[in-house]
Amino acid sequence: MSLAKITQVKAPALAVPGDDIDTDRIIPARFLRCVTFEGLGEHAFRDERTGPDGKDRPHPLNSEQAARIAKDKKGVMVVGFNFGCGSSREHAPQSLWRFGFTALVGGSFAEIFFGNSTALGVPCVTLSKDDLAELNDFVQKNPGTEVAIDLEKMTVSAGGKTWKASIPASARESLISGKWDPIADLLEGSLAIEKTAQSLAYVAK
Amino acid sequence: MAKTLFQKVWEAHTVRQLPNGQTQLFIGTHLIHEVTSPQAFGMLRDLGLKVKFPHRTFATVDHIVPTNELKEPYSDPIAQEMIEALRKNTKDYGIRFFDTSTGMQGIVHMVGPEQGITQPGTTIACGDSHTATHGAFGAIAFGIGTTQVRDVLATQTLSLSPLKVRRIEVNGKLRPGVYAKDVILHIIRDLGVNGGIGFAYEYAGSTFDNFSLEERMTVCNMSIEGGARCGYVNPDEKTFEYIKGRPYAPKGADWDAAVVRWKSFASDPDCKYDDIKVYRAEDIRPTVTWGITPGQAIFIDEKMPALETLNAADRATAEDAYKHMKLSPSTPIKGTKVDVAFLGSCTNGRISDLREVAKYLKGHKVSPTVKAIVVPGSQLTAIQAVKEGLDKVFIDAGFEWRGAGCSMCLAMNPDKLVGDQLCASSSNRNFKGRQGSQTGRTVLMSPLMVAAAAITGKVSDAREIFKV
Repeated sequence: MSLAKITQVKAPALAVPGDDIDTDRIIPARFLRCVTFEGLGEHAFRDERTGPDGKDRPHPLNSEQAARIAKDKKGVMVVGFNFGCGSSREHAPQSLWRFGFTALVGGSFAEIFFGNSTALGVPCVTLSKDDLAELNDFVQKNPGTEVAIDLEKMTVSAGGKTWKASIPASARESLISGKWDPIADLLEGSLAIEKTAQSLAYVAK
Repeated sequence: MAKTLFQKVWEAHTVRQLPNGQTQLFIGTHLIHEVTSPQAFGMLRDLGLKVKFPHRTFATVDHIVPTNELKEPYSDPIAQEMIEALRKNTKDYGIRFFDTSTGMQGIVHMVGPEQGITQPGTTIACGDSHTATHGAFGAIAFGIGTTQVRDVLATQTLSLSPLKVRRIEVNGKLRPGVYAKDVILHIIRDLGVNGGIGFAYEYAGSTFDNFSLEERMTVCNMSIEGGARCGYVNPDEKTFEYIKGRPYAPKGADWDAAVVRWKSFASDPDCKYDDIKVYRAEDIRPTVTWGITPGQAIFIDEKMPALETLNAADRATAEDAYKHMKLSPSTPIKGTKVDVAFLGSCTNGRISDLREVAKYLKGHKVSPTVKAIVVPGSQLTAIQAVKEGLDKVFIDAGFEWRGAGCSMCLAMNPDKLVGDQLCASSSNRNFKGRQGSQTGRTVLMSPLMVAAAAITGKVSDAREIFKV
């Protein structure tokens, strides 16, 4: 299984501000009533985007820029702190990815969300609080502006400015080496897996 | 070198180092349910892979099960499709499935302990963020995504980085009317909803020593609400006592060997922690949430925070929370009108929760303006409760007595809030829309506080209502 090496993501940015945005908000539970991930893209942030009356509400994902991201399947979401907290549902990053987001920039990410995103080949990089505020401000004032994430140099650039970005070393390595889906590496450990299994009394039959 | 339980379990389950620097970690016990597994089985089929150790994966159905419909097909065809997909997948791959017909079905985090599958010194993964519940037994247990469910099915391993360990000590005796739920809400309020990112929480101290396994489960369950993927309590005699005699517990000579092994996993007395927090049990009062994150919590007799007392980052979330909750800063939460009372979930749907509430509920009636439901977390819990006559106590008081499942905790089934109803809930999340209505409102609290709210129709102090 050969995967793309993800070293750079350059795409129009969309800011979805706010801290502690949980996975129930990203994809409400009723859309988890399914046996495939297909069609989740259109329901990303559904209850934030649509009011109880069924009408669109002002939300970044209802904007023209978002429509372009959805059409081109290329976009960077700029978020706040503790993004993706709550449930382990992979449906959350799946919905953002299927909507068209190929990377996220934020202040911090909840761990399970981060792992799920990385396994989809969607880098989630962080900036310092002040740098994130600056980027956020710039993106909001310049809708559709292109943001570049460079995983080799570990930078985020937009509007002629460049900030220092962070990502855990293992996730960076997995993305840039094209091994963000870990299954091939895990399967290679087959013999060592058997050995560990035999060393554990509760596992050995 | 002295080590924590986390380090010992991690080392015992390390298969090898991976090229990306992460550890290939053996997952001894894998629990699956109908929501996060069908896509994983789909990926397995697409890749032509088998389940490596079918006897180490256990399945149940919980999220989509209607709690007031016993017969299939369910009125929701998608729910029916999901349960059938799990039946097919477990049959095709030879996985034990605690189906609704077995009398052992229930919320996945209740089935593991009930069956004796959850054991100390083991690694447990499940496609569900409340998997930390199993940490109450001294297991390293955590939630995973669906791609990782595939990884465990195919290889019984995951690619992971180790966590730091924060010891959270609570010492002393809780005051009457204060419960394990209040302890964890208090900890999250103090450390924040993202305070645990990168950490495993080790809960310790005399309060935890005195807690039953069910109380320990309530605390470990909500570790993720504090940002910690995993939380645990060191195993002790109470742990072994709980496991003994259960279907998957070791038997005979294996039992003695297991106890010796389990004891050896407990953190060494002189081990080093990355951080330590200490609380006094007597400082904790019944705690309720007022906002849209589990960290937005106060003692029942406090006023909700004034915006100007919060730091800038918390203020934006608080403003959003007040707007959603239709509540006002600097006012008491006590007295807020309640429309629905929900007693259940993997946090507080166990037999001890039902017993404690039933003890005080006799002679009281649910307010006519409140819809009150009680949902035992598992079929075994329901059976036991009926045997003890607890169902009658709830029904006499005006609660609806339901079948086992996740129910209104997350509303993937017919149990949902309507419009902007406010729910007094013993569950774990008060996120916007969590209980099935986008304008619905959730106030998290202990089971006895839920009962007090059901009776008075208002957020109330259970200590006053029940003379605790």
